[in-house]
Amino acid sequence: MYKTPDGKEIFVIDGHVHFWDGSPENQANIHGKQFIDCFYAYHTNLSPQEELWEKARFEKYSEDDIYRDLFVDGPDDMAIIQSTYLLDFYKNGFSSIERSTGMAARHPERFIVNGSFDPRDGEKALEYIHYMKETFDIQGVKMYTAEWNGDSKGWALNDPSAYRCFELCDKLGIRNIHVHKGPTIIPLSKDAFCVDDVDYAATDFQNLNWIVEHCGLPRLDDFCWIATQETNVYAGLAVAMPFIHSRPRYFGEVMAELLWWIGEDKLLFGSDYAIWTPKWLVEQFWAYQIPEDISAERGGVQLTDEIKEKILGLNAARLYGIDVEARKTQLAGKPVQIAAE
Amino acid sequence: MHVANLMAELEMDVWDCLAAVPDPELDEPITDMNFVERVTVSEDQRVRVDFRLPTYWCSPNFAFLMAFGIRTEVLALPWVRGVEVRLRDHCLGEEVNEGVNSGRPFHEIFAENCGGAVLGEVSEKFLAKAFDRRQEVMLLALEAQGLAAAEIVAMRLGALKRTRFTGETEQRQLPRYLDILARRGLARDDADPAFPTWEGGRIAPEQLRAHLGRLRSTRISMEFSGALCRGLAETRYKEVQIGPEGPTLVDFIAGRVPPRDAPETRR
Repeated sequence: MYKTPDGKEIFVIDGHVHFWDGSPENQANIHGKQFIDCFYAYHTNLSPQEELWEKARFEKYSEDDIYRDLFVDGPDDMAIIQSTYLLDFYKNGFSSIERSTGMAARHPERFIVNGSFDPRDGEKALEYIHYMKETFDIQGVKMYTAEWNGDSKGWALNDPSAYRCFELCDKLGIRNIHVHKGPTIIPLSKDAFCVDDVDYAATDFQNLNWIVEHCGLPRLDDFCWIATQETNVYAGLAVAMPFIHSRPRYFGEVMAELLWWIGEDKLLFGSDYAIWTPKWLVEQFWAYQIPEDISAERGGVQLTDEIKEKILGLNAARLYGIDVEARKTQLAGKPVQIAAE
Repeated sequence: MHVANLMAELEMDVWDCLAAVPDPELDEPITDMNFVERVTVSEDQRVRVDFRLPTYWCSPNFAFLMAFGIRTEVLALPWVRGVEVRLRDHCLGEEVNEGVNSGRPFHEIFAENCGGAVLGEVSEKFLAKAFDRRQEVMLLALEAQGLAAAEIVAMRLGALKRTRFTGETEQRQLPRYLDILARRGLARDDADPAFPTWEGGRIAPEQLRAHLGRLRSTRISMEFSGALCRGLAETRYKEVQIGPEGPTLVDFIAGRVPPRDAPETRR
């Protein structure tokens, strides 16, 4: 729960959180090392200095760490954990649904754990979706289109094999598809961050919600255009959020574009933990106003308290069918606590 | 000492010419982005350029373009007898280095490494973005000088060239804007309109705000990449140490990358 300076309580759902193991013991090769190193560079580059972590903790943090950073020190009420396998890079997967579910079992009322699949696995991917639904009753999946898989160095949401998977998701009621457009390495003739495939998939699967993480950046212009036309496309703010600290004016420009094109009901807060922690992000976000001149260029859009409340939790609650008032009561009966340290 | 001076001169020559190689996605010189790590000139006037990108995962198609850009610019220096380009710590580094140092043409190497694909479409897309970004700077600068929309959209190339700009960004972007207009064949003569669209059309005065809105969207996307790339290039080889004063960033390859000054400050 985030308590505003004037005492109002804001329900926070952190829409993009990981429980990963990027430690050297789990790295399968140089790519695994370079992957976590790249995340670490994001962390060291965009965090306030007092929020910096040492490398070893960043590579692998404990169940106590995540609970404390999100719910005790941090303002989150709930967190959506995303699964990312990267089996070409990590022996046991980077952040597997099994490991995350094990962690979440200590506080099931606070976590939603999403699955993941790789459409290039064909029939196996379909079997795996059934397995995730039956075993973990997932409501959503995280898709990482830049994932390597043998000779393939990336895929697109509108590949025929992906469509077969989304048909199954639709049938099983797995409604929330989080899309991470990482740099797709191959084919090299393509724009590595291209978001055009979101357009096709969102049009063809109207029952599914398409939450595009880091709001399509660095293709924000293309993404805004697509999201304006599709009613089922949402923007996750992970990675855009930390700019509030390092480049606040620029953050204002991004928010003005998103509010103008996509609107206040379709933006979801995400800390991208453990790259960043939610405490400072939420505090700075609540205090933030889009500079007047930037707002004026986009019809006077502004981050009002009501809009911030939607972005911080109410929008995600709608997508995941969370009754906020009931959940507040439930969580009030189970106040955050730290295991004896 | 004389030889050492000469070598330093030649190295500076190389640094200067590398400023002509842009990162295609950011439209910024690779030297400004601190991508070039080291330049060495041997006594028989062969050049070696080592460069690194901000992450191991940076788009390999652009890595290819930058590597070949470096080779082309260095070979254009009259005294150069040979060049070796090394991209370091990159997921396709081996392929890029083998290709660029093989002496064979870019399109051949590139097609070989990507199943016959050509870069045309994506290069075109980023050239258009570079144009947007350069044009926005000039339009906003003229607006700030108090020119009306009708005056701005009707401006001729000759008048733009004669306009005095005081801001650092405008001064830097003006020659780059003129260059892209000329290269694209959009405006060459002084009588040509100075502000065509990328497709060669004209902007109506009442359309200028909407046009600027679109240019701004392009810039916001490019700035994201630019800010991240600069920042990641800055922190890629650093780690945190927690001391009595709290966390600090420590460069763990300090000493491995030779210190150097930017070419303009060495003058």
